[in-house]
This record gives sequence, C-alpha cells and structure tokens, in this order.
Amino acid sequence: MKAKNISGAEAVINALVENGVEVIFGYPGGAVLPLYDALFENKKIKHILVRHEQAAVHAAEGYARSTGKVGCVLVTSGPGATNAITGLTDALMDSIPIVCLSGQVPTHLIGTDAFQEADTTGISRPCTKHNYLVKDANKLCEIIHKSFDIASSGRPGPVLVDLPKDIQLSNVEYINKITKIEKHHKDNFFNIDKDLINKIATLLLQAERPIIYGGGGVINSGPEASKLLTELVNILDCPVTLTLMGLGCVPNTNKNFLGMLGMHGTYEANLAMHNCDVMLNVGARFDDRVTGRLNAFAPNSKKIHIDVDKSSINKVVSVDYGIIGDCKIVLSALVQEVKNLHNQNKIKSKTKWWSQINEWKEKDSLGFKQVGKNIKPQQAIKSLYEKTKNFDTYITTEVGQHQMWAAQYFGFSKPNHWMTSGGLGTMGYGLPSSVGVQIAHPKSLVIDISGEASFLMNMQELSTIVQYKLPVKIFILNNEWMGMVRQWQELNHGSRYSESYTASLPDFVKLAESFGITGLRVDNIKNLETTIDDMINIEGPVIADIRVEKEENCFPMIPSGAAHNEMILSSDDNNKDTSNQGLALV
Amino acid sequence: MSVYQKNEVKEVETSRTLSLVVDNQPGTLARVIGLFSGRGYNIESLNVTEIDKIRNLSRISLVTRGNSMTIEQIKSQLLRIVPVHIVRDLTLEGPFIKSELALVKLVVKGANRVEALRIAETFRARTLDVTLYSFVFELTGKPSKLDAFIDLMRSLGDTEISRTGVSAISRGHKTETKLLDQI
Repeated sequence: MKAKNISGAEAVINALVENGVEVIFGYPGGAVLPLYDALFENKKIKHILVRHEQAAVHAAEGYARSTGKVGCVLVTSGPGATNAITGLTDALMDSIPIVCLSGQVPTHLIGTDAFQEADTTGISRPCTKHNYLVKDANKLCEIIHKSFDIASSGRPGPVLVDLPKDIQLSNVEYINKITKIEKHHKDNFFNIDKDLINKIATLLLQAERPIIYGGGGVINSGPEASKLLTELVNILDCPVTLTLMGLGCVPNTNKNFLGMLGMHGTYEANLAMHNCDVMLNVGARFDDRVTGRLNAFAPNSKKIHIDVDKSSINKVVSVDYGIIGDCKIVLSALVQEVKNLHNQNKIKSKTKWWSQINEWKEKDSLGFKQVGKNIKPQQAIKSLYEKTKNFDTYITTEVGQHQMWAAQYFGFSKPNHWMTSGGLGTMGYGLPSSVGVQIAHPKSLVIDISGEASFLMNMQELSTIVQYKLPVKIFILNNEWMGMVRQWQELNHGSRYSESYTASLPDFVKLAESFGITGLRVDNIKNLETTIDDMINIEGPVIADIRVEKEENCFPMIPSGAAHNEMILSSDDNNKDTSNQGLALV
Repeated sequence: MSVYQKNEVKEVETSRTLSLVVDNQPGTLARVIGLFSGRGYNIESLNVTEIDKIRNLSRISLVTRGNSMTIEQIKSQLLRIVPVHIVRDLTLEGPFIKSELALVKLVVKGANRVEALRIAETFRARTLDVTLYSFVFELTGKPSKLDAFIDLMRSLGDTEISRTGVSAISRGHKTETKLLDQI
C-alpha cells in the first residue's frame, strides 16, 4: 500500500505509532522542531517533557523495565544528545530496550562545527547496541522499524537514530513495517540442543549441593520466564539466589530463596554459591559484584550458564555447559526435561545441603539492632516494605547504600517491579526512572528509594513530576553522606573522609513545598511508621526526608578482592588489611 | 573495567586470522575497531574492502592475538555488532592462505642499484617506478616474505613503505555462499 507523501518528521511519528509507542520522553530544541511539530498534531503518542535529557532516558528505562515494552526518547542535537549519553550507557549495561531519536544539523552542515552539532553517532557508538545516522530520507521508515527490532530482540539494548533536520523536513513515502517480524537473524537463531538439555537436567537432579542463580535476563525474557524459573526451583527443591538485576523473578516469599548474592548479598547465598557442586546461572553474567575474587569463585562446582548473548558465556568465568538462548525458551525445555526425568529417577536427597544452608542462615547476616531514637536505615526500608507489601508497589532506587539496603530489606514478589541501575551504577537514576514507571502504571504505588546525594543529581525532575501530577513517593534515606563512598573510605582508607560529606543540603520539606507538593520529615524511630503511612496516604507526590543513623555501614559485605567465603558481617570483622590488588578495585 | 584477578591462564597466546563479512556502511569499521580498543584486544593487521556491490558487503581480514578464551570472546563480541554478519576463524577452520601487498620505495645510488634489482628479482617483486635515484617495488605474498624483503631494502638506502595488511581466504572448495544468502 502506497501512502501519500508526508514529511520525514511525520513519517517518524507514524513509524513510532506503528511500533506500539504510546509514550515518548523528550526535550525539544532547534534540530527536532519538525518532529515536535508532527507530535503537536498527533493524538496517539503522549509526550512527557522532562527537565534534562539524561532523565528522559532514565524515565524511558523505568517505563521499559516496568512494562517490558521498548522505551522511547526524543532529544535535540548537540547538548541534547550528549546529555542522553549517560542514560544510553546505563541502558546498555542493564540491557534495557530503548529507542532514542536525536536531532542533527542538516546533512549539508554535518562536519562544519555548526551550532549545536556533535558527532552523535560517533559519541554514542560504544554506548548503544546499534545506531544510525539517517542520510537518505527514503530509508527513514525502514531504519525506525529496524531500530525497534534491534532494541527488543536478543539481548535488548539502546538504539539511537540521528535525524538531520533536512531529513525531517523532506517529503517521504511512508513505508509500513513488514508484517512478518523479521528480527535480527543472529539474535533469533537458537537451536535448543536436546542432548545438552538432557545432560543438564540429569546433572541438576543428581546434584547433592545444587544452586540456581538468576539474573536480569530472566526478567527481560518476560513474566513467563520468571514463572518457569520458580517452577524449576520448586521441582528441584534447591536453593535459589538472585542478582540485583534479577530480584523479583522468584518471589521473596519462596522458601527456597536465599536472598540476593554478591558483594552485599546474604551470607547463606554467598556461602551456598561457594560450596555448591552444581551451579545453574540463568540470565546473569558473572558480574564482578557477584563473583568476588574469581580464582576462588565456586571452586568445586560444575557450572551451567543460560544466556541469550553468546559473548556472556565464558567471558569471565569458564563454564562446563553453556546454552545460548532466550531464558523462557531454554527454561521451558529444561523444566519439561527435569519433569520427565524426575518421574523416572529418584532425586538426590538434599537434606544435608539444606541443613548446612540453614546453619548459615542462623548467622542472620541481615540482622541489625534498632536501639535508641535514631532511625536505622535498614529499619526504614523494612518498615516501608511492611507498609507497602499489600499494594502493587514499584520501587526505583538511586545508587549507593540505600540501594543495597533496598535490595536487602525490601521484598520483591513479582518481576518488573524493581528498577535500579545495576551495571553502570548511575546516581540520579531513581527519580527520573520513577517518572517513567508512574506514567506506565498511573494507579500503582511508585516509590523512589533515594539517598540525599543521589537525589540532588536529578532533582530537577520534581518539576516533571508536578507537571504531570505523578503521585511518586520519594523516600530519601538522608544520612548527610555519600554513604557508600564514606563506607569505603572508612574500610579502605583509614576513615579519611575525603569530599564525601553532603554539605549545604536543602531543607527537603521546603523544597517539596516550593514545588507545591508535600514534604515530610522524620528523625525519631517512634514516628517512622506514621510518616510512612502519611507518605502513602497523602494524594500526589511526597518527599519524605528520613533522617537516618549517619554512619551506618552496609553489611554483610565481600571486601574488595575477597572471595564469597571471606564475607564480613560487621565492621569488627574487618581486621584484614585490604590487599593492594583489592584497593585497586572499584 | 573490573580488575578482579582472572584465573591465571597459562595457555600461550597465538596469532589468529579472522575473516568477517560486514555491511559496507558508515560506522561499521568504527564499531569493529572500537570493540578492540574499548575491550583491550590487539589488532595486528587489518584489511577492509567491498566484496559485493549488489548486497553492499565488505570483507574485513583481521589478525589478532590472544589465548583461546580471549579469541572466543573477540569472536562473540564481533558477532554482537549488528552490521557484522559472518565471523570466521580461519586459523581454527583449517588451511588458509594469507597474502599481503607491499609498495616499497627505495632511494639508492651507485652499485647498490644493481643489488636492489637483483634482490627484487629474487623475491619476484615488480618494479613499478624508476628514476635515476630511486625505485618503487611491488611485492605480494606472505607477511614474513614482505618483512624479509623490506629489511634487505632498508639496508640499501632510504625507504618508504606502504603495506595493505593481510588478506586471507580458506583453501579448498568450500565457500560462504550459503551463509551470505541468509543475510
């Protein structure tokens, strides 16, 4: 079907609609005026005006992570595009599907150092899954369609399309997406090897000390994958631990769930990883936060790795069996095979393994003592969880101690309800991300668990929150320190607190009021719960300034350069000097 | 970049010749090279030219070095690049041919001119340009042969060297036609 000639900008917007875009996060500027003009007429796409382009990408990430759809961003040339770079890198590291449209100076001015010109495809090349500079208007529609396929297929990631202004203004013929979804062939070319599935199922059934370790790939694969993983855990009755990115794919209430693993994971999860005989990694990538010192990582285990991205397998940890494929597809074959074999053979008894794990659990590595009137940050998160667990609650976080406490003490029973910057560790992620989540789920309770320092990094988004009347709750664990920096300085640098104090903080209550929203403050444990109740019950956005114990450290912890079995549970355990190699670690 | 100590791999590093088929479009080469610089891999030789005008495809012949785990990583990472369609490890696949072309300018006077021509003849180099003070030789073959020739020329006078980098292809009757049709 031949459509009538329309402008390039209109074609772009039509292509977005055809690819299912309902919301676009953006900020206008000279090089995208034709696109904004086309949006002005359009009733199908809602544009959310952010206050900084980085926030546009984080908002789109929040939208994408909480819905499973592709997040869409629109920014102008030059500074608009360079501001988006942090967000794009964040999306790349956490494998979040994003399509970012950026304006560009007209094609005849490219390379002349024109006003607001930047080599956007050059700058964004290492921080996108793919990018395009559209130089031929006839290819415009096809490129937009392809961008969505690339962003969402295989291992998802951000795609940037750079759109020179003359292309936006040119006349084009709209071309529909080919109805047959021809996804990128390399991404969809999986052959599930039945023999391999059989071997792995046998291995899992015969293991004496198995563990399953799930990651963000399970979430990315869709809710079905989470169900399958939970089913596998239940059939095998084996312990399961999740990475920061994977929280929620097995409900926290599942009796086999040991909590998060890794640097700030639970004692039982890390010790179980260290002592297992068979490890099944589903959609995680053996990140350095998870493995600790590599030459002491799960030393006596057979390792199985399921990942959609071939390059993740054998990247840092060599595994015995690697399966390339989407978690959902591989898990469904594996669950089926395990069921088949389970009926024929007896499963190895894991009583000994469980009693060992229960022994580790008794250490109560997440234990803390709430004494005196000062609020322990752990208690704040625990109370927040207790008060919100019966709602459909979405949590976003910034980066630092509060993020780890949220991961440790908040319970996630469903996938796609936890948005945090895992790979890149971007402070300032949570607030804009909560904008995207709330836009996608207007009726749900969306809470940004924040630290005062991270909050300051993107607090301009309060203005966005107010403009769109988004009832986001901002739960700031305020300890007046860049807590994680301070903690590392205490543990590794002789308590020399270089530049980690957050001086000159605003009065958060007045700050909230200046935006016309509610601000709450609490500094006494006896008022904590009523403050949380108020925060939830007050209509509209709320900033809750939770003044917490200032020098509380985040434990348990695998110190830099240490292995899983060398965890420390409190500052008193930190009697070993960090090795030089450990000191060099981030 | 994480600097957690990796398991010490005692395995020796070997040279590997990779052959890639990629879309001939702006940015593809930049992505390939960026992958090597960004992830700390080495490129020992690189050669890129269009091989299929209709399908708009280029071949990249690339020589890199690493242990088998690193090479596997390089290959998988290369395949992640959207416009990279085929990644073949010629060293692993079997016998293959490596060839390179060098243009060697030699500024030389007197008796050494005869010597230069004699060496050129021995190497079967072609003489592309002659003046009273200089020659330009063209030589093709294995990189080691080119190295030897260039060393000899350097001992005879002032030289200027231009080399194409290794171009490689597997021996035997197998072709990539089927793989190319899937693109």
